[in-house]
Amino acid sequence: MSTSMYDTILETTPRGERIKLCIQCGMCSGICPHGFVMEYPPRLLIAALRADDVAPVFESETLWLCMSCFACSQVCPAQIPLTSGLLARLKAEMLLRGKVPAELQSALENTRRYGNPLGESPRKRAAWAMGLTTPVPIMAQLKETVDVLWFVGDYASYHPRVQSVSKAMARIFQALGVRFGILGPEENSDGDVQCLAGERGLFELLAQKNGRTLSKYRFKEIVTTDPHTYNVFKNEYPTVGFSFPVKHYTQFLAERLTQLKPLLRHEQKYRVTYHDPCTLGRANHNDVYEEPRQLLQAIPGLEFVEMPHNRANTICCGGGGGGNWLDGFTWERAHTRTSEWRVKEALGSGAQILAVACPYDMPRFEDAVKSTGQEKELIVKDIAELLTDAIFD
Amino acid sequence: MSQDVWVTVETLRGEVLEISDTLLAAGRVLADGLGSKLIALLLGHNAEGLARTLGAADRVVYVDHAVLADFTPDAYRRTIAGVVEGPAPRVVLFGHTSMGMDVACGVSHDLGAPLVTSCQTVKVKDSQPWYVSLTCGGKIVAEGEMPGPTCIVTMIPGGYKPEAGRREGAPEVSRVAPPTTLGDLRVSLKGYVEPPAGDVDLTKESILVGVGRGIQQRDNLKPAEELAAVLGGVVAATRPIVDQGWLPTSRLVGKSGKTVKPRLYLALGISGAPEHVEGIRDAALIVAINTDEKAPIYDLAHFGAAVDVSKLLPILTEKIKAAKGG
Amino acid sequence: MDIVVPIKFVPDLVEELEIDASGAALDRTFLRLIPNEQDDHALEQALLLKERHGGTVTVLTLDTGDVDETLFTAVAKGADRVIKITGDFAGLNNHAIASLLHPVLQNLSFDLILTGTQAVDDLDGSLGTLLAARLDLPYVGYITGVMPADGNVVVRKEYPGGLIAEMAIRLPAVLGIQAAEKPPRYVVTSLVMQAMKTARIEEIEAGQADSRGAAGVARMFRPEAAAHAEMIEGHPDQVADALVALLKERGLLS
Repeated sequence: MSTSMYDTILETTPRGERIKLCIQCGMCSGICPHGFVMEYPPRLLIAALRADDVAPVFESETLWLCMSCFACSQVCPAQIPLTSGLLARLKAEMLLRGKVPAELQSALENTRRYGNPLGESPRKRAAWAMGLTTPVPIMAQLKETVDVLWFVGDYASYHPRVQSVSKAMARIFQALGVRFGILGPEENSDGDVQCLAGERGLFELLAQKNGRTLSKYRFKEIVTTDPHTYNVFKNEYPTVGFSFPVKHYTQFLAERLTQLKPLLRHEQKYRVTYHDPCTLGRANHNDVYEEPRQLLQAIPGLEFVEMPHNRANTICCGGGGGGNWLDGFTWERAHTRTSEWRVKEALGSGAQILAVACPYDMPRFEDAVKSTGQEKELIVKDIAELLTDAIFD
Repeated sequence: MSQDVWVTVETLRGEVLEISDTLLAAGRVLADGLGSKLIALLLGHNAEGLARTLGAADRVVYVDHAVLADFTPDAYRRTIAGVVEGPAPRVVLFGHTSMGMDVACGVSHDLGAPLVTSCQTVKVKDSQPWYVSLTCGGKIVAEGEMPGPTCIVTMIPGGYKPEAGRREGAPEVSRVAPPTTLGDLRVSLKGYVEPPAGDVDLTKESILVGVGRGIQQRDNLKPAEELAAVLGGVVAATRPIVDQGWLPTSRLVGKSGKTVKPRLYLALGISGAPEHVEGIRDAALIVAINTDEKAPIYDLAHFGAAVDVSKLLPILTEKIKAAKGG
Repeated sequence: MDIVVPIKFVPDLVEELEIDASGAALDRTFLRLIPNEQDDHALEQALLLKERHGGTVTVLTLDTGDVDETLFTAVAKGADRVIKITGDFAGLNNHAIASLLHPVLQNLSFDLILTGTQAVDDLDGSLGTLLAARLDLPYVGYITGVMPADGNVVVRKEYPGGLIAEMAIRLPAVLGIQAAEKPPRYVVTSLVMQAMKTARIEEIEAGQADSRGAAGVARMFRPEAAAHAEMIEGHPDQVADALVALLKERGLLS
């Protein structure tokens, strides 16, 4: 008797037995930002599996409309591991069938070849750090113990707009006298989006590489400016044998608020709202919500306003789980952008600055500000940039 | 053995292709430099009339045979090798094209003559013919002496303006019999398939917005189309875009696509590889947008800006709309 | 249909290309070698033919360094045999590569050899044309479609302007692939890992390489363009303004 796809999925998805607890309530499909356009939102995926009628699921491409935002996982009354479990597992089936949009295929193949989805030369991964007045030590050259191993991440290394955030972070570390180092060319993609997009094998390859490299060096903890790095190091790397203490930079800085606050001398007289990144907050109950707010509220002159969808209810920027490479695909089907929705909400809250803490949020929200014609009304800045604005002339 | 320079003329459905003019221009440089003759080799069937357009040559050798009416690799290779063997010229030039590349190597093998490809320009140095070839996506130039006694060279377009290969006057034509081994050919032509009567004929548009791999996401096609619309032009594409299926082949510009001469060619996210550049060389105004400041496209473009295409497009579209009073 | 796909490894243009001390060759110290993109298409076309008409696909390459992953990936995609030719190869020209592949090909039985119609670093012909000449097999290049028909194949050959010539070619033959009928398929990493454990790469020792038939390179250099684009500096906003002014001046905005 052959195993049904349902049984296979139950067995091969981590904590997959919880899928049996689905009561078809539809909370997942209701909260999904693309639920209205998916042929098979999470509820119907489970229904199709149970009815052993999965072929149409794989014929439909709408699995790729999932941007791994964890909204469904957050609200599921049975706490089924939908995003990192069921959906990732089914995306893996799509990949096995060769049904993957071309841009995402390139991103995955680039990761394989270059260690980053952008297809940039690994030798240039630390180019952003060259020639700065703040030296950014590279571990292979440093050969000493550091307090902080700063895992920079793909976009923060290569994307011109996000490189500015990396430079700001370097200055903050230096201002606080933190002994830090980066892996530079030895750093590979953290593997979070590849994992969520169904490429478990590719994630494991990356985790092995990063894990082995990190094990060569001595540091107290890993600090990252990338919530995806935080999420995958905290929740997935231990499953392949690498457990490192990891913090998001907002947690690290919030711990040092008494040291940081006196340095924040320059008033930033703006109304600022904060976007909670999915992978930092509701994903896997990472629940890092208050520390970013503490940092913002420590900046003199800054007036903090909250958007209606905040903390665990945040609206995804659309970039997770491969979504960053699926904009064309998504646009053709949905004709809306969650990033535009979010930008409109930021404007509605009266904010002049939309503060972010994730390297995907930065370019995605800046694009949305432009595509909604709001360049004069709203600026996007990373918390690190707002902090350096307050610290330095 | 001689110091003469031979050029293999490319024709398609009764017309001499422009690459032939490039070959004649290059051949003229070599023949003049070596103090020898430039001979054009024309193959076809009832096509002797085409010889009168080959005025840049000192002489035309014409081979007529029914199987030569249309290009096929086997027939053309055997004919060219058979005809060229006796005279053993110093250089035989072929187009670095779909036709030329099918036969140049076979001829080189048959004659035991060395082969040089991707040649862009030629020169004579110390009485020897030299090649100057492009490689690695146009980023590297390699040059050297064409080995004797006979060297087979394939040439890419762009090193010489086609006009440089056209002269007035009909050259002397000598008819040569085809080699006897034209039977039992291994390749035969079944027919031609016209490109799908696409939405547009790129060659008739005066404004083109070209999109290349650097636009990165299919999402950026729409802004490119909006920009093209506002300019009163259409979108063209490079090979990677067409291969992905983002645009149909009717939009392909370059080696296997169209050669265009618009008043404006806006190259978005295009690196400038030779295969594409050969299709846009003659555009009146080329503006390139590519964040890689070292991209070869900047050697061809008149103006450029190393900004992000996806950031520029919406802004540029709005400003053009405003400037046009829209 | 039994098909052989020779793969050539070429410099990756993502990396900076440097000229070595001799001034006549590429500096290979930091050169990344990747499979020629059109050879990927040739493999895809071969796999499509196998899926449609049965037969086998054999992939063949020179062991120029990190080739194993490419070969295991080919197995994961559906190749039946993968062969690497071992030896010391540095900066071989295409004539030399063809001379090393030739004796190996002579010991394989095949209907078709499919290989990319050209590679980025070709200076002395393309590998497919050279193999065809050595093996005395018919060759057609710039192919975008292959259809078996009555013991032959009919190919779609690209001409400028998008015109296609359909040609019938007698087997065995060598075809230069411009683009496969579908973009090269994605293969999941776990399948490649699996292939690494279960598949075997056959190794054949190389014979003597013969690089004759090519020209010598006297000098290799990065072109200083005779002309260079006038670069417009600034943010997209400023660039857009400058472009609008330029287009207006050229009468392109009326």
